[in-house]
Amino acid sequence: MTLTIIMFLPLVGAALLALVPSAQERLVKQVALATTIVVAVATLIKALNFNVENTELQFRQSYSWIPSFGINWALGVDGIALVLILMSVILAPLVILGGWNESEGGRFGVKTFYILILVLETMVIGVFAATDLFLFYVFFEAMLVPIYFLIGGYGSGERAAAAVKFLLYSLFGGLLMLASIIGLFVISGQNGEVTFDITKLSELHTVMSSTTQNILFLGFFIAFAIKAPLWPFHTWLPDAAKSGTAGTSILLLGILDKVGTYGMIRFCLSIFPDASKTFTPVIIVLALISILYGAFLAIGAKDIKRLIAYTSISHFGFITLGIFAMTTQSQSGATLYMFNHGFSTAALFLVVGWMIIRRGSSTISDFGGLQRITPIMAWSFFIAGLSGLALPGLSSFVSEFLVLVGTYTRYPAAAIIATFGIVLAALYILIPVQRALHGETTPGNENLKDLNLREKITIAPVIAIIIFLGFYPSPLLKIINPAAAYIVQQQGYSDPVPTMNGGK
Amino acid sequence: MVTASSLVYLIGLPLFGAAFLLLIGRKADKWGHIFATAMSAGSFILGLLHFFEMSSRATEDRAITQTLFTWIEVGSFKVDAALLLDQLSICFVLLISGVGTLIHIYSISYMAHDENRRRFFAYLNLFIAAMLLLVLGNSYLNLYVGWEGVGLASYLLIGFWNKKPAYATASKKAFVMNRIGDMGLSFAIMIAFATMGTVLFEGVKESVDRVGTPTLTAIGIMLLIAATGKSAQFPLQAWLGDAMAGPTPVSALIHAATMVTAGVYLIVRSNFIFDAAPTAQLLVVIVGAITLIFGAIIGMAKDDIKKALAASTMSQIGYMIVGAGLGPAGYAFAIMHLLTHGFFKAGMFLGAGSVMHGMNDEVNMRKYGGLRKVMPITFVTFGLGYLAIIGVPPFAGFYSKDEIIATAFNSGGAQGIILGSVTLLGAVITAFYMTRVMVLTFTSKARWDEGVHPHESPVLMWLPMAILAIGSVTAGYLFTQGDALVSWLAPLFAKKEEYDELMPHSVVTVLAITAVIIGVTAALMKYQFKSVDAIAPSDVSLATRLARNDLGQDLFNEAIFMRPGQALTQGLVIVDEKVIDGAVHGIGSMAVGSGATLRRTQSGYVRSYAALILVGALVLLAAIWVVTQ
Amino acid sequence: MDPYNYLYLAALLFTIGAVGVVVRRNAIVVFMCIELMLNAGNLTLVTFSRINGDLNGQVVAFFTMVVAACEVVVGLAIIVAIYRSRRSASIDDASLLKR
Repeated sequence: MTLTIIMFLPLVGAALLALVPSAQERLVKQVALATTIVVAVATLIKALNFNVENTELQFRQSYSWIPSFGINWALGVDGIALVLILMSVILAPLVILGGWNESEGGRFGVKTFYILILVLETMVIGVFAATDLFLFYVFFEAMLVPIYFLIGGYGSGERAAAAVKFLLYSLFGGLLMLASIIGLFVISGQNGEVTFDITKLSELHTVMSSTTQNILFLGFFIAFAIKAPLWPFHTWLPDAAKSGTAGTSILLLGILDKVGTYGMIRFCLSIFPDASKTFTPVIIVLALISILYGAFLAIGAKDIKRLIAYTSISHFGFITLGIFAMTTQSQSGATLYMFNHGFSTAALFLVVGWMIIRRGSSTISDFGGLQRITPIMAWSFFIAGLSGLALPGLSSFVSEFLVLVGTYTRYPAAAIIATFGIVLAALYILIPVQRALHGETTPGNENLKDLNLREKITIAPVIAIIIFLGFYPSPLLKIINPAAAYIVQQQGYSDPVPTMNGGK
Repeated sequence: MVTASSLVYLIGLPLFGAAFLLLIGRKADKWGHIFATAMSAGSFILGLLHFFEMSSRATEDRAITQTLFTWIEVGSFKVDAALLLDQLSICFVLLISGVGTLIHIYSISYMAHDENRRRFFAYLNLFIAAMLLLVLGNSYLNLYVGWEGVGLASYLLIGFWNKKPAYATASKKAFVMNRIGDMGLSFAIMIAFATMGTVLFEGVKESVDRVGTPTLTAIGIMLLIAATGKSAQFPLQAWLGDAMAGPTPVSALIHAATMVTAGVYLIVRSNFIFDAAPTAQLLVVIVGAITLIFGAIIGMAKDDIKKALAASTMSQIGYMIVGAGLGPAGYAFAIMHLLTHGFFKAGMFLGAGSVMHGMNDEVNMRKYGGLRKVMPITFVTFGLGYLAIIGVPPFAGFYSKDEIIATAFNSGGAQGIILGSVTLLGAVITAFYMTRVMVLTFTSKARWDEGVHPHESPVLMWLPMAILAIGSVTAGYLFTQGDALVSWLAPLFAKKEEYDELMPHSVVTVLAITAVIIGVTAALMKYQFKSVDAIAPSDVSLATRLARNDLGQDLFNEAIFMRPGQALTQGLVIVDEKVIDGAVHGIGSMAVGSGATLRRTQSGYVRSYAALILVGALVLLAAIWVVTQ
Repeated sequence: MDPYNYLYLAALLFTIGAVGVVVRRNAIVVFMCIELMLNAGNLTLVTFSRINGDLNGQVVAFFTMVVAACEVVVGLAIIVAIYRSRRSASIDDASLLKR
């Protein structure tokens, strides 16, 4: 089974869905769920064939698409892309199962909701697998459409405004990136045949002047910094996360935002190595601000979904820091962080979504004493929270520590500042835990029901993955390490050697 | 008998117990406590087997390692999930699982009426597992997992009755303050990796010679910060008093005998770093000495029996830290005091629990009095612990504390004299506040509230107390018999430097006993021979008021960290909303505004459009004309 | 006669037409003014055809006439339709596209 076929499986599912009568909502959901499970299984089987020794792109496919512009339908994955695709396809069925009823009452009906999710899944696989810059750009922008309708059509509160804000932010970034892409295209034409192939583009930096490189780099970087999101391009995220359904927020924060950090690795670093070096200090400062700023705002958040969004800003700061610290530890840690963040955010949003459906409010102070009324839900929230604060033994610890230790070997000061984030993390998780789970039962919460079987089935694998990878991250690290090491080496860096100075 | 491959079960048994009891849910309510106790006991028995096995081997082959699997490997950063059992960790394994099992037994009865007893036992098992991991890890990173694991267990157990907001807050406070310490540990690991390329104890030890002193000092200071967080030492001591919100067995196990001593373990384990970093070592001693006095002063003023004991714990750990800071001469004594303290302080906490059990959960000692007659077993066991802690020969505390004081005096120079005096002063205050506790609770006149009918606790509760009391009586003697503990641990540490005994041991012993007599007499004068009010007097000196408020530690933290932090958070929330999001919205409104202005030109009158076209055409023509001229 | 005089005439006609479009309100009159401008254009084309001595200009003039005829058909129909619904042939009344 090729990547292209796997990629189109969700679209096939969406087409099937279109044939199902809208009235049969149950069937619609079952078909959607079945499709995502098939995709997940197919991807896992495919991933077993991945050769972890090889740093090259694998599972490559290339068909000429628009020959006159040198545009190809080219797919292929390295360890980093594979891990992100795996994360996306595993999360998709959980999103559908976890938000079984959240499509009801939306503006466009139940069927459209699932069609949108499936279409989105195709695009997500495409965006991570594309090895042609133009193809990447197409998916990068097209992804906005389903998510726009998911937020605007099925969310709550000021969903339309949030959707538009999200769209405008993303389009702005996309536009800058388009300008840079055209620039690259022209330069590639001036130096041989026009091409969008990223391996060929990554050789162009030798002929670009540093000014050109810097300008083009910024076009890409700002687009990705908005997507990731990095301070100060972040304000769309809390609004979107608050307004979207829990499932939408998982897709948005867990998967889509990773395109930003993935793009930094795949495009910013490999096409513009010199500009990356030039801007590294600025980016590291932005990442540090994101870490601390996101954490402080999470502490100050009154709405539980906004809180999670702010914690994500902090976590994306860590990821960006890891990417630009340019050591094998930080680079591997950053990719592992992306994977783990997907699951820990998914766990948080799943539980929070159920809490909100039961209580009819997302304000933290409306909850209270849940641990006694709904112990399983409370435990799920607690474990998800611990994963958010990177407790050792849970998966996020491994990645966070790798980022920190890797960063320290090159930029000690940055690592030290970032480490303060772990104290703030304890605060921003334990404050909502205390308010929502502990204390007296506040009025309105007495009759909340605990998780039902469907919800338990949804959360169990997420928590299992979080704990398993906390103790045994090797399977993922084996996939990531060669690719991460290759990128560090490609940038002309090598790990700092221990600075033992031989005697006192 | 037992091999290295069974090390994992030391942790595995209680870990399985915790996971199993939490997952199975209410079905296990009837037998969950027995199950958990069995898991802990199993761990203890396995630990004993390992101990006998180890003592039968030659000194140099005593340390064994079990490597389970590769945990994290990226580039040159490689950490295995591996366990190391050596002379130091076996002491801790036995203390943790032994005292832990006793406290499990005690809790069966103590928590009998709590509907969540199963959950309590699951947490206890979780704690045992995490604590064992802490002392068994063979690298700083493995230790870190246990380090935060015990923090989590402590959080869960302090907040076990989190329905009360104050208790929930106490648990959060403990976790957050611990995290500040953990940050120190993170830094230490990062520095170690960056400079030595390894985080294994073994690897770091070998690299010490090749690393500059400034680096080692930095690592040492970071480790010290970690230790102050976990062990409630100055300046991160404020959480321990509040942690008494947890059920009393928890206070006995976690906040007296084991977890809070993890800092001492860390410093002793890292002895090779501190030996090479005198500045860090000096700081260790200073922190220990400050806390020693700090805790003791607070202990004098507390009326809450558990908080008085908590302050005492803080102070006693101060002794251990001082011992650990004195280098090769003091490490073994720090560990010795740690072990004896584990016995007598756990015993006393259990005694306090027993008293509370009989007094309807009253914790105010001013409402006690005269319990000697109604609770004889508790009185005797508590009393033995009391004699041990104040250092009356031949009880356990006498041996261990005496050694620390002697080592302090003999560390030489002004430092030796100051330290010796501080530790002696600590001994006086210890004798004072512990006598106060003893008198207020057991021997003074009864000041019970109406409707309180104190009674002796059931056998499941007094049996562990009795066993711990036996330990409090004999442990010190056993450890010092033929320098048993010192020579047992000696292979781990650098050789003691030979030094002249500035202060002969016998003189120190006399001084220490004098200190005890002074303290005890003062307390007896004040409390035994005068009547005690059931309500704490309010017309007291400033010093007393300060001590009652924990010497202003909370006020300080709130003023310096909490309130500015809250202000910063609120400020940033406003900045985010008004400035950053405001800028975004500003751009939006600018677009809307310019659109509104330009819209006016779209009047809908065809004629004006036509006129515009005309004008436009003329302008264009004019432009062309100008250009072509 | 100097063929340039025809050009001056065409310019004059065009100006009259343009001014008419801008200042008059009656849709019919505006329409006639547009026709005037078209025909001014035609006149120029024919004149240039004459000056250059080829037929290109005259051919284009025929195209213009056809287009003008079509335009008259559609335009008049719209005017009549608007008049029917709004009882007015003033173009200022038909400013509904403003919003």
